[in-house]
Amino acid sequence: MKYIFALLTTCILGLSLSYGQLYSTSNGEITFYSHAPLEDIEATNKQVSCAIDLSKGQMAFSMLMNAFQFEKALMQEHFNERYVESHKYPKATFAGNIEDIEKINLSKAGSYNVTVSGKLTIHGITQTVSSKGTLKISDDKTLTANSAFTINLDDYKVKIPSMYIDNISESIKIKVNVKLKPKS
Amino acid sequence: MRFHYTLILFICSVMLPQMAQSQEDLLDMLSQGEEPLTQYTIATFKGTRIVSGHTVETQAEGVMQMLIGHRFGRLNAGWRDLFGLDDATVRIGLDYGITDNLNIGIGRSSYTKIYDSHIKYRFLRQRYGAKPFPFTATAMASAMIRSDLRPFGNIDVPVSSRMYYTYQLMFARKFGDWLSLQVTPTLVHRNLVQTTNDKNTIFSLGLGSSIKLTKAMRFNAEYYMILPSNQIQSDIQGEKVRNAFSVGIDLETGGHVFQLHFTNARGMHEKFLASETTGRWLDGDIHFGFNVSRVFTMYDRYARREKRAARKSSL
Repeated sequence: MKYIFALLTTCILGLSLSYGQLYSTSNGEITFYSHAPLEDIEATNKQVSCAIDLSKGQMAFSMLMNAFQFEKALMQEHFNERYVESHKYPKATFAGNIEDIEKINLSKAGSYNVTVSGKLTIHGITQTVSSKGTLKISDDKTLTANSAFTINLDDYKVKIPSMYIDNISESIKIKVNVKLKPKS
Repeated sequence: MRFHYTLILFICSVMLPQMAQSQEDLLDMLSQGEEPLTQYTIATFKGTRIVSGHTVETQAEGVMQMLIGHRFGRLNAGWRDLFGLDDATVRIGLDYGITDNLNIGIGRSSYTKIYDSHIKYRFLRQRYGAKPFPFTATAMASAMIRSDLRPFGNIDVPVSSRMYYTYQLMFARKFGDWLSLQVTPTLVHRNLVQTTNDKNTIFSLGLGSSIKLTKAMRFNAEYYMILPSNQIQSDIQGEKVRNAFSVGIDLETGGHVFQLHFTNARGMHEKFLASETTGRWLDGDIHFGFNVSRVFTMYDRYARREKRAARKSSL
């Protein structure tokens, strides 16, 4: 009976410990850039939710597509209405793993180069992506994650009418910048 | 002893799913923290006009729209006037978004040389999701002044007699992704009318619709019905005043919207639609026309909002 209680306690403790490495935020920033011959477009989403579980090396992002802010209001409407169809697919998400998590010494502040791979869902289509980035652990227990990568609109079935081929780039550069705090 | 095994088994079965927690669970955890989703319906109409009358749509904060409208003469004018093409009237207008919901605008029409100004406020927005709302509602008030030399024959009239006012309440709903309908109760006030049989204030019911054909093209229709129909007795240039009916298509190309239409109304304002339309569709009194709109972003509204918020928090 004693052993069983010991086992139970360990399990529960283990469980709560594994949550001890959980960081999260709801105001991360993601910016995308389209460089086309006639027009450069950029938009930023400042309400990106992100959670990182360092003990398991897992990472998740979630954002509303209509929270992307464009300088031009009409462009923002077209983005939501015609291209990403945010009434049908309101969210974009990412769930993945930090591949080289064992390199990170959690107790020490510092910057680590990591590779993250996982599943990116945009416009209702899920693709496997992999990207290099940095994870920075600060003394004040905040975690900063940065990354830049490129996606092809075609992979997510976002179609550019041939008329706008010189205005909108087929490959979109994405920059991620999130600051996370330990989740209590 | 058997009891113990059962307990271990039980614990394992409870714990196992937790151990096998995947990154999808982390995603679930994120979505649990979020408030239930409510989103505003966008693009109920492509522009701020269905054909000649207003839609519930407004310009976003800091956006200036230049709107140029043309109406040619009547198709039944015959070949000598190239089916009306020789005889065009123009309205040039500017609309500006003070906020996303509050707009002001000015315009000038060559037909009867009218200057118009309006203020427009969108006070309800259609939403879907956790807290849905069924329609968008916008109020519009406008004042106009005729500047032609002798608007009422050979008599001199004071400036106040050249004034017109319109008031509109617009209710619109987008059904699914492809159909939008609008109901627009309209009041037109004319300071001076031709005879005592004519009402100074006219009620008209506007109806509008927009059907999405492709991502860049829509089919629009607009009808203004004078209710009851006996409010205007006098003829205009020997023709009875009728209800205005217009059909058209929207073609959207980036920053421009081209609207091509056929209408029995000559003017490009609610006053013309609701009280001065004389063309009869069945007789071929149809005007071909178009609107071209172009928007200019005067400043980055998000940057300015951030600045405003920062200023507020520092106070």
